[in-house]
Amino acid sequence: MYKIVRKENLGSSVVQFDVEAPKIAAKAKSGQFIIVRLDEQSERIPLTIADYDREAGTITMIFQAVGFSTNALKTLEAGDSILDVVGPLGTASEIENYGTVVCIGGGVGIAPVYPIARDLKEAGNKVISIIGARNEDLLFWKDKMAAISDELLIATDDGSAGIKGFVTDVLKSVMDRENVDRVWAIGPMVMMKAVANTTRPSGVKTIVSLNPIMVDGTGMCGGCRVQIGTETKFACVDGPEFDGHLVDFDLAMRRSSVYKTEELQAVEHDHQCRIGGIGKCH
Amino acid sequence: MPLKAPRTSMPAQDPAERSHNFKEVALGYTAEMAKTEASRCLDCKNPLCVKGCPVEVDIPGFIRAIVSDDMSGAVDVLKQKNNLPAVCGRVCPQESQCESKCVLGIKGESVAIGRLERYTADWDMAQTFKAPEKPEPKSERVAIVGSGPAGLTAAADLAKMGYQVTIFEALHTPGGVLMYGIPEFRLPKAIVQQEIDYIRALGVQIEVNAVVGKTVLVDELLDTEGFDAVFIGTGAGLPNFMNIPGENLNGVYSSNEFLTRTNLMKAYDFPNYHTPIKIGKKVAVIGAGNVAMDAARTALRLGAEESYIVYRRSAAEMPARHEEIEHAEEEGVQFRLLHSPIAYEGDEKGQLTKMTLQRFELGEPDASGRRRPMPIEGDTVEMPIDTVVVAIGQGPNPLVPHSTEGLELTKKGNIVADEETGVTSRDGVFAGGDIVTGAATVILAMGAGKKSARAIDAYLNAKRDQ
Repeated sequence: MYKIVRKENLGSSVVQFDVEAPKIAAKAKSGQFIIVRLDEQSERIPLTIADYDREAGTITMIFQAVGFSTNALKTLEAGDSILDVVGPLGTASEIENYGTVVCIGGGVGIAPVYPIARDLKEAGNKVISIIGARNEDLLFWKDKMAAISDELLIATDDGSAGIKGFVTDVLKSVMDRENVDRVWAIGPMVMMKAVANTTRPSGVKTIVSLNPIMVDGTGMCGGCRVQIGTETKFACVDGPEFDGHLVDFDLAMRRSSVYKTEELQAVEHDHQCRIGGIGKCH
Repeated sequence: MPLKAPRTSMPAQDPAERSHNFKEVALGYTAEMAKTEASRCLDCKNPLCVKGCPVEVDIPGFIRAIVSDDMSGAVDVLKQKNNLPAVCGRVCPQESQCESKCVLGIKGESVAIGRLERYTADWDMAQTFKAPEKPEPKSERVAIVGSGPAGLTAAADLAKMGYQVTIFEALHTPGGVLMYGIPEFRLPKAIVQQEIDYIRALGVQIEVNAVVGKTVLVDELLDTEGFDAVFIGTGAGLPNFMNIPGENLNGVYSSNEFLTRTNLMKAYDFPNYHTPIKIGKKVAVIGAGNVAMDAARTALRLGAEESYIVYRRSAAEMPARHEEIEHAEEEGVQFRLLHSPIAYEGDEKGQLTKMTLQRFELGEPDASGRRRPMPIEGDTVEMPIDTVVVAIGQGPNPLVPHSTEGLELTKKGNIVADEETGVTSRDGVFAGGDIVTGAATVILAMGAGKKSARAIDAYLNAKRDQ
């Protein structure tokens, strides 16, 4: 059991948990992720490690309540425990001094981009961060991002914070005004695809962190397989970070939607159980 | 009892009924059946059956006890050598091991040793649980990586010798392939759980959610975590794909993913359990080993209208156990032999709809002694299909081998280890089971675990005497 020592609502649907997991905290590196199983009936879901405190033995996970499992997770409070947390999984980000790096976090993708931006800054890079979301409610960690960036730019689809527009619009203006050596982009698949397409003409290497469906997260099932150039890779062990210019995003998006009807079914089933008044049905 | 008495058959669920549920197919002997079958054993002076058992169970010994109504005696004999008898009695290929050596088999039918083992183990589980006796404790600590059959056996044997044993398991439930791979209808998970509880009662600690290679390294176990020896039993958990066009379409699963979702995550009970699985009306399983049979039979139980085994050789070369093939046939699994997919196609949503199969004929025998499948030029057929499960074998998962210093590996990435001792190129590190041999059987992995436990004991004794 992994105890939640702190919970913070970062908006109406985005939640932060600091969880006791000393072994994971001791090993975690930016770019890595964990797999979480809430209780005996739950599925295993991957979440990136947004931060860690090696001394306190805690890791920070941030998620947006978007479906059955994340909504269930959201009901937990500080003091509650999560049944299973495993990690750190995946390959760590390649942190070097590249020169000028643009770090882009879209929505809940701000969480995983934070430790990467921080490490890039510590490695001597000039870090320009861009965070964006549909609206201000979905934005968080502005101060934390600002503190480790040379410059922080904000974009929202509806203009409720920062400029009105997409992170790609901001990225274009940054690339117009200065020489960018590398781009990191983490967020929804459509956003990462758009960023990769923005940098493709200039050939600026762009790292994206893929978030396919996963089961075990240790390379034993291939549920998370993605197409990188001509090769099939397992995102859980070969990634989750890949060269955005080589990723087949359309395939990845189609694979992510495979259980859409089942997802709705699970929500509906749970709803029936609650209103049925016959107590716990599983 | 005349020599020619046929072996006692075991009751089973009706095929029409069982192909729609996940309950155990074989129902086990009654006390009367067990005694009748046990009485067929000739109690040979030089029992060849024992030589056929990879963990050297005193087979005539436990059968004798059944005949004389001493069931707890039978259990004691069995458990001296076998730490997972309820599992072995169910999933061992006895026809090629203990039962293949039985003298009754020369002219008639061999004694049903597996069924009697199962009966004895199940009898034991039905009793009030008594904690096993603890041996004189030793100070050395041994780490076991992986809690499949090899790791569980090594751990139990070492605990019985008095060592302090900790198992590190990457998944949230121990048992390895016994939990995620072999389906409920062949091996009920409650039974595996009871066997694991027994091993815990021996004093073995099991740490789940511990991915060795990520959460902790083998080097750390030895250098900073205070373990005196490490046994690696991480199995063959890396799924092979065929790398043909369309293999990443929705609806194409590896057997590992398909079976893990169903067995470990209980997707067959969705939405009570929250892990989904998607099953079409027409399912094809590529391959013809035991894993393929498990997947094809699982597909029927999940609601597929048609379930096919697609195999590029003929019936004679199918590597699955006879009993499994028979069960699959009885349940309605269909066989497309001498066919293999060369491409998959899907609709605009990326969902698999069709596969192209290449037809084969058999040529000369190859290195494995089986006749080589040769594609018949230009002879392809198309088959509409909604779900494909690729069950063409597994390779070694590289997480442990690649994160451990000084471990010699084969070209395929298996760990090089001595067959009799599990000794690797690295001092204090032993390995056994599928990570060494490639995908094999439960009982061979258990045999390897047993031999390594003996070798680890010898290694630690020698170290202590230095």
